[in-house]
Amino acid sequence: MSVTSDMEARLRALMLKALDGDAGAYRTLLEELRRMLRPYFARRLTPELAANSDDLVQETLMAIHTRRLTYDRAQPLTAWVHAIARYKLIDHFRRARVRATVPLEDDAALFARDEAGDASARMDVDAVLSTLPARPAELIRQTRLEGASIAEAAARTGMSESAVKVSIHRGLRSLADRFGGRSDE
Amino acid sequence: MSDELLDRLTADLKPTPPRALQARLFGWAGLGAVLSAIIMLLWLGPRPDMMQAPGTMMFWTKFGYTAIFAIVGGIAALNLARPGGRLGPQVLVLAALVLLVGAGGLVQLMLMGPDQMSNLVMGNTALRCPFYIVALSAPIYGAIVLAMRRAAAPTNPTLAGFAAGLFAGGAGVWIYAFHCTENGMPFIAIWYTAGVLATALLGALIGRFALRW
Repeated sequence: MSVTSDMEARLRALMLKALDGDAGAYRTLLEELRRMLRPYFARRLTPELAANSDDLVQETLMAIHTRRLTYDRAQPLTAWVHAIARYKLIDHFRRARVRATVPLEDDAALFARDEAGDASARMDVDAVLSTLPARPAELIRQTRLEGASIAEAAARTGMSESAVKVSIHRGLRSLADRFGGRSDE
Repeated sequence: MSDELLDRLTADLKPTPPRALQARLFGWAGLGAVLSAIIMLLWLGPRPDMMQAPGTMMFWTKFGYTAIFAIVGGIAALNLARPGGRLGPQVLVLAALVLLVGAGGLVQLMLMGPDQMSNLVMGNTALRCPFYIVALSAPIYGAIVLAMRRAAAPTNPTLAGFAAGLFAGGAGVWIYAFHCTENGMPFIAIWYTAGVLATALLGALIGRFALRW
């Protein structure tokens, strides 16, 4: 006998006793169901809603209690419990007006990156920067493309912050002159 | 979560007989049907030829057609009152029944000839009939939906409302048949069915909101 069918048989036996009024069996059954329902909801709720997991366990146990006459004794108990838990979960999503989505900051991973476009843009930038002397080109790359602050770039190159600013400014000006764009410095 | 809830639920446990759900739903529905029968008798009145009617085949055709709707609809409503319940074969059975009576209607039209056409299809009450059916079904629908709200666990409230409407419509049109003197099979196939279907669709609409739990 497999683990699940073993569990089904045990829980169903408890339920049948409970329906006949055996409080001890009922108490054991509720404890077992509570243990099963906790991970069921916890795993299906997004981090923001995880706090509601206990409420859902409670609501499901109450529904199992008040609507226990809908259990058909000839049917598997776990399927019945699962259908109730699933309904409560969907109902919760509906009320919380959330859909089954990933958080916004995670959605970038859903889209395949356009590697070819990235590569050609990178080559254009490299070509432009190579027209500058090595130092201003490197500083512009660090601060404008890789997101380093002036202070970080200064620390990395051993220059003073004002020297870094001047070097970037001159580099950008000379690029603007050469390519007809407008420096934003 | 504390054990307080489990203590409370355990203390509240009362024995639940195997057919408790059926007893609950159809007990309430029975009260609704009695109310609906009283309304029919006081408002519309039984057919004037009530004593002779059981001697005709049409009386029993209407009796059977509407009774099957009520029984099959009742099975569907019971299934959908349970979590995970589906509306499976019941709809097929009812569709086959409608086709069967519709085919009977066509045969009757061919046998009786064109001058009987209007009488068999429209009768005298065609446009009133579906509204009466919905009206007589309403108390039954209300009763079974109230029972469902308290004790049932329909995981598809819209479909459960539809099934409750099929059942209430079937029971309502069965009661209506004791008032109605129409004798055309085509009339039954069209207007009785329209009344039941309207009840079921209204039932689905109401159930969608009323049967959440």
